[in-house]
Amino acid sequence: MELNFTTEEEAFRAEVRAFLADKLPERLSAKVRGGQILAKADVEEWHAILNQRGWLANHWPEQYGGPGWTAVEKFIFENECAMAFAPRALPFGLNMLGPVLIKYGNEAQKAHWLPRILNGADWWCQGYSEPGAGSDLAAVKTSAVRGVDAQGDHYIVNGQKTWTTLGQHANMIFCLVRTDREAKKQQGISFLLIDMTSPGVDVRPIITLDGEHEVNEVFFSDVRVPAENLVGEENKGWTCAKYLLTYERTNIAGVGFSVAALEQLKDIAATQKKHGKPLADDPSFAARLARVEIDLENMKTTNLRVIAAVAGGGVPGAESSMLKIRGTEIRQEISSLTRRAMGVHARPFVAEALQDGFEGRTFGPAFANAAAARYFNNRKLSIFGGSNEIQKNIISKMILGL
Amino acid sequence: MNFEHTEDRRMLADSLNRFIAEQYAFDARDRIAKSTHGFSKEIFQQFAELGVIGALFTEGDGGFGGGGFDIAVVFEALGRGLVVEPLLGAVLVGEALCAAGSDAQKEKLADIIGGTVVAALAHDEADAFYGLAQVQTTAERKGDGWVLDGAKVAVVQGEQADLFLVSARTSGKIDDEAGISLFLLPANTPGLAVRGCPAIDGGRVAELTLDGIELGADALVGVEGEGYATLERAVGRGILALCAEALGAMEAAKDATLDYLRTRKQFGLPIGSFQALQHRMADLLLEIEQARSAVINAAAAIDADRTTRERALSAAKFSIGRIGALVAEETIQLHGGIGMTWELPLPHYAKRLVMIDHQLGDEDHHLQRYIALGKPAMA
Repeated sequence: MELNFTTEEEAFRAEVRAFLADKLPERLSAKVRGGQILAKADVEEWHAILNQRGWLANHWPEQYGGPGWTAVEKFIFENECAMAFAPRALPFGLNMLGPVLIKYGNEAQKAHWLPRILNGADWWCQGYSEPGAGSDLAAVKTSAVRGVDAQGDHYIVNGQKTWTTLGQHANMIFCLVRTDREAKKQQGISFLLIDMTSPGVDVRPIITLDGEHEVNEVFFSDVRVPAENLVGEENKGWTCAKYLLTYERTNIAGVGFSVAALEQLKDIAATQKKHGKPLADDPSFAARLARVEIDLENMKTTNLRVIAAVAGGGVPGAESSMLKIRGTEIRQEISSLTRRAMGVHARPFVAEALQDGFEGRTFGPAFANAAAARYFNNRKLSIFGGSNEIQKNIISKMILGL
Repeated sequence: MNFEHTEDRRMLADSLNRFIAEQYAFDARDRIAKSTHGFSKEIFQQFAELGVIGALFTEGDGGFGGGGFDIAVVFEALGRGLVVEPLLGAVLVGEALCAAGSDAQKEKLADIIGGTVVAALAHDEADAFYGLAQVQTTAERKGDGWVLDGAKVAVVQGEQADLFLVSARTSGKIDDEAGISLFLLPANTPGLAVRGCPAIDGGRVAELTLDGIELGADALVGVEGEGYATLERAVGRGILALCAEALGAMEAAKDATLDYLRTRKQFGLPIGSFQALQHRMADLLLEIEQARSAVINAAAAIDADRTTRERALSAAKFSIGRIGALVAEETIQLHGGIGMTWELPLPHYAKRLVMIDHQLGDEDHHLQRYIALGKPAMA
């Protein structure tokens, strides 16, 4: 039993810290720290910095441009980045499509698409959910009908995707589409790569409860997609879909985000005053704070136990569902306490202050403007990536055998 | 990073689990737990022979373990078996003697490890409400020796103990850390009255009345007035032991409940096929994994600096208190009516889990302590 990292892992951590201290632009970390919305250019800038160092696609094998890290090293890297308030590397191309292409794509697809993910030529988004296919993902209805014409083998796609995160910035979308209406649910699905600049693709914003434009609806009307954009076999897309969902979930708990947010919350609780004393000295607030801190300390060890099992040759299976549930609950609780800590200052909200170029004045203490918006935005955590209820179904089936 | 126990510890756990399965099945345990003796002297002796008590102490102190994970492994197995034999007393008194005992007092340690002497900590008092420094029992100098007056409550297996470690105030106010002294006294000391009763979760507990007890100078353990630090260290190991015991009980309660969900049928289906119950069970699993992490954190911190160690211990006892009650209440509920019956082992695990929160500080006590320990001025 040894809870500490090895000397090599500690050295790696130091290397990551030094890199972040040196290369993470202050302007970007300040935006993340302040709860501001990152512009497309911000994300691209950070991707380029990581790519320069060879650390962008950290889940990919070395032969495709990944760093060849162990599960522990990935964990260290992701948590150090979160604790340094680095922008999140966008997962859609890197952690979702990339591994699927590496496992199921043909050589031409790998050679074409993987470098473009690394060099930022493509911005990918995810076309999974539909209005009628949320938790019941296999109910996707968007259709792709195969045909051949003068320009070659192709699919014609019709339908609608939704909850498309940052789809407004994307030029490519990977989609689950139905290629066989007669087959049973999971069996008629294919995995298709679609150019969003094609005629017939229409992206419309969904404004979330915090006023933010983060997610979108994507409509497809007779969109022509070259057949070479099919990944894996036709009607076998569910295999890719599942692989993508279960691939590399060791960081799903988001421990680093919670550690960073908790440190921020403690600073706030030390400076906010209640009855003339720091909020941190208020027994009720202190108890709430201590509860979530203890839960997080336990979670860190739970997460490391799962990673140690992976490092020992195991596969992060349904255990990642436990990490997802409790990890998101902890993140939500911390943002809830941060909102509470603002008292009356939580209500005034200058949305423009979260965007680039704002030069006005917000109301209340420094973090007050973003606190409530962050809290409301974080309600998504227990809904996306398989709702926490779906995760409990997975635990019941896969771990408990019920 | 490695979450595997050493080969030695795995072997110890295996033999202990096997022994409990063979000698301490539910019927045997039930008979022992409600006996007038409160536990089985024979079984206790056999635990000692298996090396279970020796594993709790370092080689330097006559054992062959003594690490945080030794305590954790042993007590998790004891918790799975709902063992009522007084091993907690061995940890508490033994640790105090290791840390502060004179050479003569340390000789008693060999008897404790050998299982021939049953030791008990007599510390809790009626109005203390888990406050470790709340000691009203007094010890006054008389000649070379001491006179003790006061009363102790909830002493684990106090009626059968051969040896008590008693906390008493030699100076200071009733909740001062300074001024607490520790004394070692045999059960047959004149003036010591012991009155016992069954504990609701099995075994027995006792209250002690100390009425002008005269002790020699050699009864004092460590330095006069400086017993608090020793007490805190000993109780810290006891907290770890209780947390690990609770973890074992949680695992057993979880296994029993899973079995029941798979076999009990209603509406023509196993009740485990109902989502309302599946989600409650998934929550329990998740909480129990968090409890296991809490025990690991506490075991890893047991020899760390005081603040780190005590914070990890309070975090663990808080977690265990909260999760223990949850597991107890939910597993009874998931069993329905049968979960309310004495004949089923499950509710006995539930009782033990809830009662562990009443030993060495409950959930609220340890949350407050965790907060206080986090403040720089309190360090």
